[in-house]
Amino acid sequence: MPPSSPLNETAAPPDRKSAGTVFATLVDFARRRPLGAVGGAIIVVMVMLAASANLIAPYDPLATDYAAMLAAPSEAHWLGTDAFGRDMLSRMIHGSRTALMVGLGASLLGASLGSLIGVASAYFGGRVDLLVQRVMDVFFAFPVIILALAVVSIIGTGVGNVVLAIATPMVPRCARVVRASALSVREMPYVDAARAAGFGHPRIILRHMLPNVMAPVLIMATAFLGEAILLEASLSFLGLGVTEPTAAWGLMLRGAAVEFAETAPWMAIFPGLAISLAVFGFNLLGDSLRDALDPRLRTQ
Amino acid sequence: MTQALLEVSNLVKHFAVGGWRGGKAATVRAVDGVSFQITRGETLGLVGESGCGKTTVGRCILQLERPTGGRIVFDGADLTGLAQHDLRAVRRKMQVIFQDPYSSLNPRMTIGEILSEPLKVHRLVPGRAEREARVRELLLQVGLLAQHARRYPHQLSGGQRQRVGIARALAMEPSLIVCDEPVSALDVSIQAQIINLLEDLQARLGLTYLFIAHDLSVVRHISDRVAVMYLGRIMELADRRALYEEPLHPYTRALLSAVPIPDPSLEAGRERVVLRGEVPSPLNPPAGCVFHPRCPLAEARCAASVPGLREIKPGHWAACHLVDPIA
Repeated sequence: MPPSSPLNETAAPPDRKSAGTVFATLVDFARRRPLGAVGGAIIVVMVMLAASANLIAPYDPLATDYAAMLAAPSEAHWLGTDAFGRDMLSRMIHGSRTALMVGLGASLLGASLGSLIGVASAYFGGRVDLLVQRVMDVFFAFPVIILALAVVSIIGTGVGNVVLAIATPMVPRCARVVRASALSVREMPYVDAARAAGFGHPRIILRHMLPNVMAPVLIMATAFLGEAILLEASLSFLGLGVTEPTAAWGLMLRGAAVEFAETAPWMAIFPGLAISLAVFGFNLLGDSLRDALDPRLRTQ
Repeated sequence: MTQALLEVSNLVKHFAVGGWRGGKAATVRAVDGVSFQITRGETLGLVGESGCGKTTVGRCILQLERPTGGRIVFDGADLTGLAQHDLRAVRRKMQVIFQDPYSSLNPRMTIGEILSEPLKVHRLVPGRAEREARVRELLLQVGLLAQHARRYPHQLSGGQRQRVGIARALAMEPSLIVCDEPVSALDVSIQAQIINLLEDLQARLGLTYLFIAHDLSVVRHISDRVAVMYLGRIMELADRRALYEEPLHPYTRALLSAVPIPDPSLEAGRERVVLRGEVPSPLNPPAGCVFHPRCPLAEARCAASVPGLREIKPGHWAACHLVDPIA
């Protein structure tokens, strides 16, 4: 087998790279996939805003100013204020925290649970596989938002529950993709070697199979982040997500924002823009990552 | 035969293909009644064409596949009846070396991790430092360097990887190693090194090998006895010398006559047995002797009844109606 075989490609060098080569890789990625780099830049800005929200937000996002209710954008309030006189810009900056927390939490939870189920299903095969896949089919039958709504209506609202609700529809999607890769990994001689060595099932699944199906999981998780943020906004907008007074973009779009849409449009426009931009950023990055890591497209 | 380490009797492995919903499943008769013994310390070569079931025999012995029928007695214990839990202890004593050194090592683990994992799981070596020392010892034993422990499989060459595969098999101090075409994916020069390493290890550690291969000259070099398989059955089983110099079964003769002689004048003058047709599908093997449709000597009885594996001469077994026991 020549050294440049696809088998070697999957054995992507996990050794530690120096800072210089990481930077070079990033520059190379940006040059090849400018859209992906734009998406990445949006996300980096968003992460920085969320991380330093306490420092850069001009006001407390929960502080009400009854002297300046529904104030139009001005020097004091760059993006205006809402019906309670809370500063829109501060609430948006703090809202990026909620969005990222829910998005990352849900993606991570959904991806880990889904990949675990997928790998186990492929490893055990036979009846276990059949049963697990049919259960996954049941989950698949529901549209994402309906499934999330159902989970929230059972376990209630709040950040933690919303994460769980958004992760739920991701589990079967991830499980299916991972199962497909795991089926081929299952046939690799190193898995046979692990079985012949008398290792237990959990060890073979977690140590020998899971690390070798992580590439599609990472891509799915990135792509799902955007969807999770949108889902969180939708749930919050429907009143079944994050609850007041937490600053969340979807929540800012509802209630007074609808009522005063004509007289105070900034209340709806800016959170809406933020949601669009974030989802756009994550989708661009997710797509570019998928293309960049797909060996069939790599020759470009 | 003094003390059989492994005794395989009437091993059968059938695979069902297709049609689990309504449709009738077909059966691939991958292994169909294979019996042999391996004595402690010897090397049994198992040769045959691609798809004759030799790898499946190895996988059944290792319990990577559950046999459909037959018995596999290893070191006094019948493996076919053992539960998963009891198998673990047996598995330590029975290891495997795979054909493809590229896919037989987990690409996400360093060589050190690969080699120390069995030591940890089976609690063979307690303590991290002791395990590291043992890994170093294993690496040196197979002709690698201690610093290779920190490398990942993709940073090694094919020959080095195969040495790691051998070290992994040795880690648990097994008594039997199933070598499933351990050199056929390697360059010829590397093949010789690996074969010599295997022989050297056998002499030092008293290992027993089941050496599965399709390369007749490699098998001749390393084996004490050789079994020839065709379409899921053993055709002939004999001492290396007897098998290569006085083959009894027509299939073995055809197989041996296909090995080129590295001397043009001899090569030009020798008789070549060329078989007609293709190997029949194990989905639908021929009745009677599985070799009869291609056998140059076939008679009517060959299609009618299955020839059993009979001892024609002392220690020389063949499954053919046409060879008669001498004495």
